[in-house]
Order: sequence, then C-alpha cells, then structure tokens
Amino acid sequence: MTREEAANGRDDMVIDGAQQANAVPDGFDSNYLRIYYGKLFPHADMFKWLSYGNDGKHPACDKSYFGRREFSFTLENDIYIRFQSFNSAIELENSIKEKCPFKIDIGPVYSVDPAKRHAYAQSRDNVFTPFERELVFDIDITDYDDVRFCCTGADVCLQCWPLMTIAIKVIDTALRDDFGFNHILWVYSGRRGVHCWVCDGKARRLTNEQRAAIADYFRVYKGNENSHRKISLPGPVLHPFLARSYTEVLKGFFEAKMLPNQSLLSSEERYEKILEMIPDASVASELRGRWQENKRASMSKDDINLVRWDQLKSVLQSGKHKTQGIRRCVEEIVFSFTYPRLDMEVSKHMNHLLKAPFCVHPKTGRVCVPIDPNNCDEFDPTTVPTLSQLLEELNREGLRQDADNEWDRTSLGESVKFFRTTFLHPLLKSCKEDIESSYNAKLQQSKNALSW
Amino acid sequence: MEVVQSNRKSSSSKVIVSTLPLYRSAPPLEVRLEDFELFAMDRLRVLKGISDGLGRGKKPEEMEKLIANLWKENMRHPQANEEANKDVISHFVLRLVYCRTEELRKWFLSMEITLFRYRFRLESSEAQRALMSEFKLPYKAVSNAEFECVKDKLGQVARSMGQTLAAADAIFYKVPFEEVPELVAGRRVFIHKGYAYVAMNQVVSLVVTQFRSYLSKALILTNRKWTSTVREQEMDRLTPIVEALCTSYLGPDYSQANKVGEISLKDIDQIAKISFPLCMRHLFEKVREDHHLKHGGRMQLGLFLKVVLYLHDMICLQHLVCVFECIVETRNQLMIGEEGVGLKLDDALTFWKAEFAPKVSGLLQCAREIAVAPPSELPATPAIAPNSARDGRNSARDGHNHDFNVLFLAAHAVEYWIINTKLSLLIGECREDYTPYSCQKIISSTPGVGDHHGCPYRHFSEENLRAALLRMGVSSRAVEDVMDKVRNRHYQLACTLTFEAVHGSSCDAGINHPNQYFIDSQRIVQSKVDDVNSFRIFGSTVWV
Repeated sequence: MTREEAANGRDDMVIDGAQQANAVPDGFDSNYLRIYYGKLFPHADMFKWLSYGNDGKHPACDKSYFGRREFSFTLENDIYIRFQSFNSAIELENSIKEKCPFKIDIGPVYSVDPAKRHAYAQSRDNVFTPFERELVFDIDITDYDDVRFCCTGADVCLQCWPLMTIAIKVIDTALRDDFGFNHILWVYSGRRGVHCWVCDGKARRLTNEQRAAIADYFRVYKGNENSHRKISLPGPVLHPFLARSYTEVLKGFFEAKMLPNQSLLSSEERYEKILEMIPDASVASELRGRWQENKRASMSKDDINLVRWDQLKSVLQSGKHKTQGIRRCVEEIVFSFTYPRLDMEVSKHMNHLLKAPFCVHPKTGRVCVPIDPNNCDEFDPTTVPTLSQLLEELNREGLRQDADNEWDRTSLGESVKFFRTTFLHPLLKSCKEDIESSYNAKLQQSKNALSW
Repeated sequence: MEVVQSNRKSSSSKVIVSTLPLYRSAPPLEVRLEDFELFAMDRLRVLKGISDGLGRGKKPEEMEKLIANLWKENMRHPQANEEANKDVISHFVLRLVYCRTEELRKWFLSMEITLFRYRFRLESSEAQRALMSEFKLPYKAVSNAEFECVKDKLGQVARSMGQTLAAADAIFYKVPFEEVPELVAGRRVFIHKGYAYVAMNQVVSLVVTQFRSYLSKALILTNRKWTSTVREQEMDRLTPIVEALCTSYLGPDYSQANKVGEISLKDIDQIAKISFPLCMRHLFEKVREDHHLKHGGRMQLGLFLKVVLYLHDMICLQHLVCVFECIVETRNQLMIGEEGVGLKLDDALTFWKAEFAPKVSGLLQCAREIAVAPPSELPATPAIAPNSARDGRNSARDGHNHDFNVLFLAAHAVEYWIINTKLSLLIGECREDYTPYSCQKIISSTPGVGDHHGCPYRHFSEENLRAALLRMGVSSRAVEDVMDKVRNRHYQLACTLTFEAVHGSSCDAGINHPNQYFIDSQRIVQSKVDDVNSFRIFGSTVWV
C-alpha cells in the first residue's frame, strides 16, 4: 500500500489525508460485500469457467449446460438456499449482486435444471441426478491438530501452513503424473485450508465409484471414521506413488522443517508421541532412556530434534532389526506427521457442494484466491487480501469512468490474472477442442451411416 | 504371484473356447416348463450357497472350494452342451425372478458377479484372453519397448503387494484407470498419465467390471419388460412360477424381515430411533445409508434384528392375547345370565394354532370378527362360560371360572409354543454362532477400515460419541456423565446411563445385551399406553 503511494510521489500531507479518507475498518458485512460483488468479484470469469466452452456459437455447444448447474447461497443470518440455477452470465451476476450471499457453493451439473427437479420427482426412474461434477478435494488444517503445536483450531501460522503446501505438492503431482489430469485449480479456503478443483472433462464425468477409488488411492490412514487414524504402510516396499511422495516431498520437509519448527523431539511429552509409534517396546525404551538422560543437549550446537531424529533412524534402520515393521517405522512416522489428510467424503460424492473461488471468508474477511501449485512454497495465508483491504484500495484509486476490470487496480488483480492465464484460458482452449473434435466425430459417423 | 490355471486344461486337449457364458442374450432354446423351474431352483441353490458363504466371511480360498462344490452338486449334466444350456437358461430365468425390486436386483447382481469371478479365475489364460476380447475391451497389451521403460515401477508395485514380477514374458495391459477402480483404490497397479498397467492376473477385475455393468443394465431392462408386457402375458404359465420362486428362497438377509410380521426396513426406522442401543442404531443408520455392511456389522446387526423382529411377532401375539382377553370380557358381559357352552380346551388350542400360522393382520381381523359377530354366528370355537371373568383370574378354586382360566392358560401355552417354534425357525439350530451378541462380545470386537460394528462407547472418538449421543436426544449434562464412564472404560455403564437419559427412567439391572436394551425400552414405551384398545406397535396404531 505504502509502496504505491510512494511511487505516486504524493507529499506527506496528502498521504495522511488520503489514508484517513480511504481507511476501511476491518470487517465483513453485506455493505462491504455489495461493493465487492459489484466491482471486484469476477462474475464473467466464473461463468466462462463453469460453461466449459458451452457458451459459444459452435453448433455442438450444449446451451442448457450452465443452466443445469446447482449453486447454493448462504445469506446473512445463516439462511441457506439450495438448487439455485442460472441460464446466463447476467442472471448469475444479477442474482449474486442482489442477494449478496455470504458464501457461494458450487454443486454438480444435473441431468435437468435443478429448478425443475420437482417436476421429475414423480417418475419412477430417478431422472434428476448429477450429470457432471469436477473432481474436488478439501484439505483442512484442523485435521492436523494432533501434529501441530503452534496453533490449534481455526488458527493458522507460517509454522504450520507448510503442511498445506506439501499436501498440495503431493496431490498435485499425483493428479498430473499418475492420473493424467491437466486442468487443476487450487484455491485457498479463506481461513485454514485449501480446495482443489480438477476440471478436465474426464474428471467431471467420473462416477462416484471412480471418485471413491481415487480418494482411496490417496488414503494411507487405517481406522474408520469413528476412531482415530493410524498409518498403515504394509508390504516390503512402498507403491511408487508413496515412494515418490516420500523421497521428493515428505522426508525433506519433515527433517528440515517440521522437526525443528514443531519441536517434535525436544520434550518428553512430544517425543512420547513418536516413541508410541515404534512397534518394538525395547527399541522405544532404549531411545527413551537415552533421551531422558540427555535432557540438556549440551554437546552439539545442532538442533536437538535433528540430533535425536538421527539417533532414532540409526537405531531403527540398523541391520540388527530384521522385522519389516521396525524398518518401515521411520517412513510411517514421517507419513503420519506430514502426509495429506483429505476429507474423503467431499471427494467421493458428485453431489457434494464446495465453496466457490473468490468468495470472501466471513470469519477472516480473506478472499479465496487461487494458489499456484508450482510456487506454493511462497503462498502466505497471512497476506491474502481481505475484503476491507480491497475496498480501501478501491477508495484510494478514486472514481473512474472505466468500470471494467476494477480488480486490476487492487491486490486482487494478481489473483484474477493468474486464474485466467494459468487455468481458465488453457481450460477453455481444451474444451473448445473437445467440442470440435466430438462434433466432427459425430459428423463422420453420420456420414458413414449414410453412405453405405 | 498366483496365476490360477484351470484343471481342465490338462485333461481336455487345448480347449481355447471358453465354457464360461457371458449371458449376453437369451438363448433361442425351447425349455420345458418343469425345467424352467427346476433349473432355476438349482442355480438358486448355488447363489444362496454363495450368499451364505460370504455372510460367514469365508476367505477367498474357501469360497473357491465352496463355489466349485456348489456348481458340481447342482449344475452338472453328463452332456456338455446340456450343461451349458442349463447354465444359460437358469441364469435368464432368475433374471426374471430377481429383476423386480432394487434390493432383489442388488442381491442377484452381487451373487452372479461373485460366481462369475470365481469361475473366471478357474479358466485357462487363453480362455481368459478369449473372454476379454468377447467383452470388446479395447485394451492393448503393453509393447516390449514400453514394458522395458516401466519395468522397474511395475516390479515395485508387485513387491509392494508381496509378490514378484513374473518372468520376462509377463503380459501387462494398459487400460484407462477409470476401468479398474478396485485396483486403483487398493494401489495395486502402477498408474501413469491416466493409464493403469494391469497384470494378467488382475485382468479378472477388468472383466468383472464389464460383466457387472452389463448385467446391471440388463436387469433394469428386464424389469421394464416384465412389468409392462410379459407378466400379463404369462399369467397362466410363467408368472406364478416366477413369483413363487422369489418367495421360496430368502434373498438378501434383510429381506427376511419382510417375511416376519410383514415389516420392512422402513418400519424399523421408527423403533430404531426409540429403542435401539447406540451400537445397533449406528449400524442400522449405516445400512440404510450405504445399503451395505461388512461382515462384522452384518452379524452384529443381523442377529440383533432377528430377535427384534421375532419380538415384533411376540408383541403382536401379546397384543392378541390382550385383545382376546378383551373379547372374552366383552362376551362375558354380554352373556351374563345366559346359558353358555363350556369351553373346550382343545378347541381353543386348535383355533389359536390355526390362526397364528399366517399373518398377524389375519389374526386381528379374526379377533375383530369374533368381537362383532352375534353369538349364533360364531365359528365353532370359543364360546365363553358365563359369569364375569373379572375375578375369574384370581379365583382358581371357582369351578365356573375354571374354563376361563384354562383358556387363559391355553393362550399362553400356545404363545409359548409359538415362541419356541418361531425362534428356532428364525435363529436356526442352537448354535453358538447364531446367538445375538452380548455386550461383552461386542465390546471385545475390533472394527477396522470401513467397519461400523463394535461398541461405540469404546471405539468412537470422543467428538463423534458426543455427537451421536446428542442425536439420540441425550441432554448435555447426561452426555458428560456418559463420557465420564467412557473415560474410565465402563462401556456398559455408559450405555446404561444413555438408556436412562433417553427413557427418563432408571435401569437398575444395567445393560448387558442389546436385545435386553431393546426389550426394556419397548416395555417402557408401551407401558405409557393407557388405552388397551389402541395399542401402539412400532409407532403405528393397531386396533383403534
């Protein structure tokens, strides 16, 4: 903020005055939202995205596609309305501006317009069903509360946020390399987590069973939803996906960052958690004995956590332990602290609603901005633009004739540009190509049928 | 790595054509009407045997043997082509039988898939490949060049499953990962850029997916055709057989409920909310949600439900005894002063035995008829001795009321007989396996991934347990008391406190068995009914 002003070269008097006039107190309410939806929320981009190319003039476009998408709005006072649908960009935009929803969720594209679902309820076969839906993932840092000690609950800081970063790395790599998906959007959830939208046509057409299969491919925690999780890594070697995740992401992060930052081995309370994971009690007590004596790590200047971790590794991986369980223990410990913890239910069902990108989080005022998976190390949740900050920025720039692209004059500009260039445009290009080629294929088919 | 070779391969010379039909289309054969039914019954025995085997949690090796035996015992024919015909015909007949409701379709699909899977595994690899091409699976074998590139990763995957990569001529198929969700979910394949590399022995999964998809659609089409045209046409011929076939064997476990006292799962919803202990409530919710439970849950809930449903009968019977007593009272009052015919004990017993056999509603109807009909039109059964029964029950010495006492006792004797007969029918021979689980047994079980059985007070996390208790209607204060017990590992006491909180009355004996929880709960619930003439059974009023 001060950068810009300095760049403009205003003198001090004006700066002070300008600052006071433009200052927007922190907050979140419908007045702020009205301006946000009026000037900043990228309605047209959302429409283009969710149309997947069906808004064009091409004869093969499905004009009804966008209108069959479910949206749900959470209004002020927790009023929740589902099965909202819109037939055009204007309808969507007007409804959002008029209703000022505190939260917008995106649901699936149904087989028929959600607004007309009751008309179809009478027939015996269930014709009102989800037709297409992005493959989505939801990672929430509160699921990691048992392994982070800097914050609890809804708080997040730069010590524990990296857990989200490595989750993004692991999942993103797998989605691209293993599953072959290309059009992936990662979004900050506004407070304490990230969402992932996989938008390839193949992904949108996955059945619930296939989504569950992908979710299970990513799962390493045993134990059911009613009890606490436990890592299970059976087998003499790891599956290539797990092995890659370990060597490329998890191991490095755990040893370099997490151990020292969260002081995982420095106190008895903390190291007991890790010792508990060692299946052989004698090994655990050997280490426990050493560490209890060595309460003051006087000798080396190295971080006590790293020293103890090395000791643990050398004990567990030494040749004398033949059983696989012991040797595997090191990886299991690393996995249990760092491996992504996905909310399985979100991914498994086509009809699960998920918050839309560019919404504002009511509790923090932060905008749900996209995250670049290739640069996710640099993402800082504490500097994500807030609603009041954006409005302040708008104020500062004053009124302009040109009402388009107002977001470009604010911190939001960067996010919208990123959304367009790295995600939206490649996606639309690919969609157009798909529509074109399937149209041509159909043409060819009918030609073949005719000319026998 | 196990590549299951067909034993037939050595005896018959190089048979490449598979003997495993895919049931793509109904055979243009003529079938005798008796065969129509007989073939279907034989196949049904096989499917039922598979269902039992799965229900008892048999391991794959055991299932393989079981299915081989079942097939040998029921489906064999000295002539090979007759055997093939029987296979196909019986399948198509059963399609007709089991296409009619969602639950039936699910069960049939599940059993046929299991049958197909095990039979496929027994085929030779050439036969398997032939079958694959019949399914028109557009999967290419991985070229040698590509194989060299991914060999390491393939080996890694194999070793991660405790297997080794087969020799140099290992055949892998490259398929879009969407086609093999089971393998993806279990990380049993190497996936790259959207393609899964499937080993020959995993090919079963591919084929089964195709088979399932095809059969599932076919069943729905069959149902449409049956209900719209065929059923009417065949009213004199096939329809009675088809409908009889369905009821002659019990389908999925839960449909047994439909046999007993005509309750469906929906009816149980109501009592589940009121009278099930948390462990059964949870299982029941899950089975309603997922339409599926794993073995542990099926046993725990299934045995519990059997007794509950039997109890439904018993409660109906008790109700009927009540009603009967009311009728008797009423009749007595009407007949005071008239000559009455002495009641014959045998008659009473006969009457009750005959009427108890069919459905409950029939009984109630009968009871109503007796209450309303004038004395002269009564069937040749209960005519009541004069003198009010009011003190009849208490004065056994009074000869005039002797008959009434006898009747009263008779009713209970018959009831007792019913209890014993029905219980043994429901629960099978007196085997340890089939006794509903006690709390001790449930607490000591260990649910794993995807399981929902066990004792929630022991296995739920604190958060989930609190939420579940609140959903049951336990007040927050009571929840704290319950959690306190849980922390001290007094799970049964926790359940007892829950019971007391939900019902607003104390349970001194403590909870030791889910069925005890249920009975005690129903007792309290039904004791709140004042008017004996409008008795509430499972939330709906009977006999208003």
